[in-house]
Amino acid sequence: MVPISYYLILGGILFACGVTGFLIKRNIITIFMAIELMLNGVNLSFVAFAAQWKALSGQVFVFFVMVVAAAEAAVGLAIIIAVYRTRETLNVDRVNLLKL
Amino acid sequence: MTPDLHLWLIPVLPLIGAAVNGVLGKRFSRQTVVAVALLFSGAAFAMALWVASQFSSLQTPHIETLATWLRAGDFQADFAFYLDQLSLVMLLVVTGVGFLIHIYSVGYMWEEGGFYRFFAYLNLFMFFMLTLVLASNYLVMFIGWEGVGLASYLLIGFWFTKDSAASAGKKAFIVNRIGDFGFLIALFLMIQHFGSLNFTEVGTLWVSPEFGGPPAGVWTWIGLLLMVGAAGKSAQIPLYVWLPDAMEGPTPVSALIHAATMVTAGVYMVSRSHAIFQHAPEAMMVVAIIGTLTALFAATIGMCQTDIKKVLAYSTVSQLGYMFIACGVGAFSAGIFHLMTHAFFKGLLFLAAGSVIHAVGGEQDMRRMGGLRTKIPWTFWTMTAGTFAIAGFPPLAGFFSKDAILWKAYSSPYGSWVYWAIGVFTAFLTSFYMFRQWFLTFFGEYRGEEHAEESHGHGAHGHGGVHESPAVMLVPLVILALLSVCGGWIGSERFDKFLAPVYGFTNGSHSESQEIQPALRELQTRTEENGSETLLTGISVSAALLGFLLAWQLYHRRPQLPARIAASLGGFYQAVLHKYYVDEFYATVFVKPLIDGSTKLLWHGVDRDIIDAGVDDSADGVREVSDTVRHMQSGNIRSYAGWVAAGAAVVIFYMVWMGTR
Repeated sequence: MVPISYYLILGGILFACGVTGFLIKRNIITIFMAIELMLNGVNLSFVAFAAQWKALSGQVFVFFVMVVAAAEAAVGLAIIIAVYRTRETLNVDRVNLLKL
Repeated sequence: MTPDLHLWLIPVLPLIGAAVNGVLGKRFSRQTVVAVALLFSGAAFAMALWVASQFSSLQTPHIETLATWLRAGDFQADFAFYLDQLSLVMLLVVTGVGFLIHIYSVGYMWEEGGFYRFFAYLNLFMFFMLTLVLASNYLVMFIGWEGVGLASYLLIGFWFTKDSAASAGKKAFIVNRIGDFGFLIALFLMIQHFGSLNFTEVGTLWVSPEFGGPPAGVWTWIGLLLMVGAAGKSAQIPLYVWLPDAMEGPTPVSALIHAATMVTAGVYMVSRSHAIFQHAPEAMMVVAIIGTLTALFAATIGMCQTDIKKVLAYSTVSQLGYMFIACGVGAFSAGIFHLMTHAFFKGLLFLAAGSVIHAVGGEQDMRRMGGLRTKIPWTFWTMTAGTFAIAGFPPLAGFFSKDAILWKAYSSPYGSWVYWAIGVFTAFLTSFYMFRQWFLTFFGEYRGEEHAEESHGHGAHGHGGVHESPAVMLVPLVILALLSVCGGWIGSERFDKFLAPVYGFTNGSHSESQEIQPALRELQTRTEENGSETLLTGISVSAALLGFLLAWQLYHRRPQLPARIAASLGGFYQAVLHKYYVDEFYATVFVKPLIDGSTKLLWHGVDRDIIDAGVDDSADGVREVSDTVRHMQSGNIRSYAGWVAAGAAVVIFYMVWMGTR
């Protein structure tokens, strides 16, 4: 059996990639994908622990996370399209109308 | 079942007039304003007359309750109106004299700006004054009490663009506040000890045998505090200073508010509180002493005034002193009798003075009048009636009422020959300064200029030369003159009898009160010993005559003499001329420390250095902190994410570090 630390390290790497992508990318779609990456890093830790402790709640959490992520993806992509139609850009630094 | 007289209509009618004129008056023509004001004040008068005609069939006191106002535990105060002999007299005086002065004002104020405002205020005053006299408990009375103060403030400061008028209004209001403070504390004491503010209950509690009553000291305190209130409203020492300044208001206002009605509210209130004062002989003595001192003090100041209205103002203060002497010696009905006759003749004198001022184009200084007798005969003859009435010449009104007070001051068990002696001396002074005014104004040569077109707020009368006033001003003068002549013929004995049920002497249901107050019953019986009364009357009449002769000698036959006498008196004359420097004294002792304290300590010290500085400092601190912190809020979403990630990293490292320890 693969030790749990492997899964956790992989999850941590995935999460770190997500954070890094979120911080350094300017394209909204890339940022969006980075968020998904962070969510999946966490999901991996959840299922790893669930398998380790033979507890179902970890699995259930992951389902919830995936449902919410799907809903978020739908809403988020709609927003991205709307932003692109009005601003004609996907660069987050130029979506700054609310800034002083 | 007593009939419902709808007493509430009497005060409310003028209120409607005030509201109509106050809200819509600006768009009305002068004629419409006059019609509204006269209609509603006249209706109140007519209603008062109707009530008087129904009066004999009523059970007194007749109380009409409109609604419950306050209820707190056992204490209850209602909006209720109270009619007995005393409030009937006040009702007739207020509506009657008030209506006459409304008519007079039409002529006097015709050319003034703010015509509608004047009548709205005047009607408003009537409303509050009628509330005051018709109230059935001290709380409703207090509404009227404060309300007339407000109306007085508004009317004194009627020419509010004039600095002196505006500050006179403020002075009147503030000095009255001091008195109201005393009145209010008295009300609190009554609630605490009687659990009620109704006249019937406060008045009868001490009659019931099972009620022991509060300790004697409480009666005295309530009495003294009520007297503080009365001294404020009725301009007695030490709070009289506002009344002479109140002459800045239009003359009809001086006649109505500052002579005939409002200033007598204090006398009415003391008289209404007779049940309390009869339990507090010390308080009564204080009332009598204050009255005596005020009568004398104001009369001496009146002798040296040169402003025709100021003389009358000090005379009013002095006459109010007489009324307080009467209340203080337990002769409440004599005080009310003098209140009534004083309303007639002093209202008349003020209106006549207004007519004189009108005639000479706004001049108020008597030194620049003179010889007006033939030029304004109607004014002259009516003012003559008023002057002889106030001086106490028989058979005019003032003689009867003043004589009644002086006799009671001497003969009452609470009285003393000292009150009487000072009273007679004051009567001499009164006669002297009134005839001085009379001679200066109407006799000798005219000393003014022919077109006296100047300030005094009344310069708008741009007519040429001295002229008689229009009929609308003369008719009230003539009616009041007739009342000043005949008003006293009721006789103080009959007046006493009429008012007796109020004070609980002859009424059968109040027989216990006589056992409790043998002194007052003695007062009744001793009044009937007429032997020495004739002698005392003779003395007071000769005092009045002496005053007349002295004034005649000094101001008619040898007009250069007064200046020489004044010079020989030196310092004393200067002191009297400057009103004993009382205003200056108050200014140094009370006003200046207050202003200094407010400016230096409260404004500069507390407000500016502590409160303002505290607010400013905390605002500066917040700004400084935010100046540094605001750079975090760059508006760059990824920098926020960076902060979130950094924060999360810190938390994780902290937990790991804690976990490994």
